[in-house]
Amino acid sequence: MSFANVKENSSDARLILSVRSGDQQAMGALFDRYSSLVYSVALRVLGDTGAAEDVLQEVFMQLWRKPAVFDSARGSLAAWLAVIARNRAIDAIRKRKPETDIEDVIVSVEPDFAGEAERNRAAEHIRRKLSEMPEPQRSALEMAFFEGLTHSEIATKTGTPLGTIKTRIRTALISLRMAVVK
Amino acid sequence: MTSHEQFAEDLALYALGSLSADEERLALERHLETCSSCRRELEQLRGDMGLLSLSTVGPRPPERARRRLMAAIASEPREAVPQRRPLWWLAPWAVATTLAIVASVLWREDASLRRQMGSLQATFYEQQQELTRAREVVATLVAPESQQVTLVAAKTPPQPHGKAFYRRATGSLIFLASNLPPLPSEKIYELWLIPTSGSPVAAGLFRPDTHGGAAVVNPPLSPGLEAKTFAVTLEPATGSHEAPRGQPVIVGAGE
Repeated sequence: MSFANVKENSSDARLILSVRSGDQQAMGALFDRYSSLVYSVALRVLGDTGAAEDVLQEVFMQLWRKPAVFDSARGSLAAWLAVIARNRAIDAIRKRKPETDIEDVIVSVEPDFAGEAERNRAAEHIRRKLSEMPEPQRSALEMAFFEGLTHSEIATKTGTPLGTIKTRIRTALISLRMAVVK
Repeated sequence: MTSHEQFAEDLALYALGSLSADEERLALERHLETCSSCRRELEQLRGDMGLLSLSTVGPRPPERARRRLMAAIASEPREAVPQRRPLWWLAPWAVATTLAIVASVLWREDASLRRQMGSLQATFYEQQQELTRAREVVATLVAPESQQVTLVAAKTPPQPHGKAFYRRATGSLIFLASNLPPLPSEKIYELWLIPTSGSPVAAGLFRPDTHGGAAVVNPPLSPGLEAKTFAVTLEPATGSHEAPRGQPVIVGAGE
């Protein structure tokens, strides 16, 4: 991790600490830093700008109400917010109550993607990996992640055995990890 | 096979909220309560989801979204962390009372614990002996310094050779290979279990040492698979996992 990233990462941690003491400006700074990411994830899932704005609002309100649930020692705030946004957007599609409390969502990822340049580089690696992935594997992952389909629904939709869908999704997810690590 | 390996395939679906059957989900959640290894893997899979999220591109949110958030947090000020009233004057009484209660409970439990401890010590000793014997067997099989000798017909050049020890009931597998050719660049060996029915099951990637020797110990396999054949294929460096792509290097049917 470069010195600049260390600085930016500690800045995330400092901002979270300020939010814990009720600092509204710190919350604004976090919004400026991560709202594009959260909004684009929600928009990709929901395909509706109004609904995506609602998810954006909800995710940051959750952070405002419970900043202590994000543990900066365990991972990247960017990845954590993105996962929470995706889960909330899928809940909205399925018109269901949130299935998982944000306190239970621990996201472990390396590197921490605290810097914007680092996030952009990682996004480039991930997009390349996705484009190289066998089509059935990529589409199974995207149906599960962006459409919120269960593995039975994917199996029915694609006419593929359940076990194959399980394996494809797991292999695809893990290969993203490898794409960033290497 | 350990129980967390049985749940490995389901963890990714669980992280995504895509596990269809409630009973599968509940069984996995019960397992997660006691398995730190699966909890770590779940956190990593959520990290992988975070990576996938990073790949999304879209417009910036409209400016009104920021105003809406700032207005909402202004109307919902966070409660300051409550300061506790100092209750130092109660401390000596609290300590004395707590000690009296703890002493009473400990005295009652002492006799029962002593009995349990005697029994547990005997069980522990037996299990330790068993574990030591098992470790010695495995170490002899897989330790790098173990001398491995393959006996073949005289005047025959050494051929690639593998031996699989497989327990169907538990899905345990120990595989030892020798005389494997060196790997070409960007290739890896993959071991496959070919069941009596169904598709081949990936049973581990491995690279041979400089003498062509290699070992695969207890890869994650579901218990109960009836193995017809084991095979080693040459695969791309990331492995194939779903089905072998390369030609078999060595193959062997169950005896």
